[in-house]
Amino acid sequence: MTAVAEIKRTPLNAVHRSMGGRMVDFGGWDMPVQYPAGTVEEHLRTRRTAGLFDVSHMGEIDVRGNDATSFVNSITSNDVSRLIDGQAQYSALTTPDGTVIDDLLVYRFAADHLLLVVNAGTTDKDWAWIKSHHKNEAIELKNVSADYCQLAIQGPRALEILQPLTNLHLSEMKYYHFAEGTVADVEAIVSRTGYTGEDGFEVYAAADMAERLWQKLLDAGNFGSDDGVLPCGLAARNTLRLEAGMALYGHEIDDTTTLLEANLGWICKLNKGDFIGRDRLAKQKEEGVRRRLVGFEVIERGIARDEQAVLINGERVGRVTSGSPAPYLKKNIGMAYVPTEFANEGQPIQIDVRGKLVGAEIVKTPFYKRQKQ
Amino acid sequence: MANIPEDLHYSKDHEWVRVDGNISVVGITDYAQDSLGDVVYVELPKPGEKFAANESFGSVESVKAVSEVFSPVSGEIVEVNDSLTDEPEKVNTDPYGDGWMIRVQMSAPGEVDSLLTAAEYEDFTKGETE
Repeated sequence: MTAVAEIKRTPLNAVHRSMGGRMVDFGGWDMPVQYPAGTVEEHLRTRRTAGLFDVSHMGEIDVRGNDATSFVNSITSNDVSRLIDGQAQYSALTTPDGTVIDDLLVYRFAADHLLLVVNAGTTDKDWAWIKSHHKNEAIELKNVSADYCQLAIQGPRALEILQPLTNLHLSEMKYYHFAEGTVADVEAIVSRTGYTGEDGFEVYAAADMAERLWQKLLDAGNFGSDDGVLPCGLAARNTLRLEAGMALYGHEIDDTTTLLEANLGWICKLNKGDFIGRDRLAKQKEEGVRRRLVGFEVIERGIARDEQAVLINGERVGRVTSGSPAPYLKKNIGMAYVPTEFANEGQPIQIDVRGKLVGAEIVKTPFYKRQKQ
Repeated sequence: MANIPEDLHYSKDHEWVRVDGNISVVGITDYAQDSLGDVVYVELPKPGEKFAANESFGSVESVKAVSEVFSPVSGEIVEVNDSLTDEPEKVNTDPYGDGWMIRVQMSAPGEVDSLLTAAEYEDFTKGETE
């Protein structure tokens, strides 16, 4: 039994409703799954011009003190010591088994000041996990999730939309770097990060500035014109990240999947020193994984959906972690775990789509890769 | 506000029925297509297949969700709208016209009387939205 928790709202809840957002319960958050333009148009607009996303539900945990870097390095899999000031990295909070508590971004303001940005639905769990590992290190931990709003402006026009609003030189900002400045005269942190496979930025500011930033970004992006920015809901966020081959916590990764199985070996820095789960991951790397996450494309008529069984040679060998139509690629795609011996491009598989076996093929990920300028 | 034509019959599963003698044409309502969002896939039966009232005859999928569709009447499929294979978006753009799904030779035409009228269906959808 879980207690019935009160539904949470971002500072933009009323705005989403007034703009016709269709609201759903997403991990305890009342969030727009789509706006009147619809998921397909929101997805395409982000690929072609720009999309604006309210991601204020994400959690933020502030870590300060002389041991900030070493502490975060001991609980995450990537190497925090490689970061310079103003740089961010993708990483994971790991269990002793090398499975995943959550995936996250680690922002380094200074060696003694880091900000961890974690998933919405896992924020409370992560906060408890992180606090439980704080022993004698000289750090101060703060869950500052409610203090921040976070907006993501994503797409090929994201830079030109955001630039006139900020004193930061966006074209000089490298991918996975960030800076502090102002956006629409509001103090903000701007990072060149995102979850769509496009160029773009994420803007963090005080929660009560969310409406101002949202409106200024819509205005700057000519919202309402045919090729203007569109506000995008969670459904488009999901299809965009799936086309880009990015993992979603609770789907591709969770506390039953290891980082190596999920093809996230690149964020496992096994030689950086000890961290939770390091030994198990090192052992698994040496022995090889028994199953691996792969991308697939449905060849026959049908749409694979989350949790459906994967069959190879008539045997059930795995499950779909995410399956969906891909609006930009105009294909039906998905990701799935299969035994390592079958995890090869071109391998035919079948998906059990509500009792009907539908043919698919393992393909390379990401499914979509933007043209670099 | 969803469009609910006066001359059709409606099911609580959000299908509509247009009666023409012993033939019923069946599709999903404007309210249903709006709730689903962009329809990207429609799976329909083959002519000759028989369905009982309230039995699932196919499915409609949007980017986000799968929805079964149920035949409001019993009978044999005499024609299906094959054009939805390549143009499933017709279900969104013209749910009561080009977005029709099946034509059924009714085995119990009296079943139509137990379906909702336009006014009753409108009340029903208001209850669901609240």
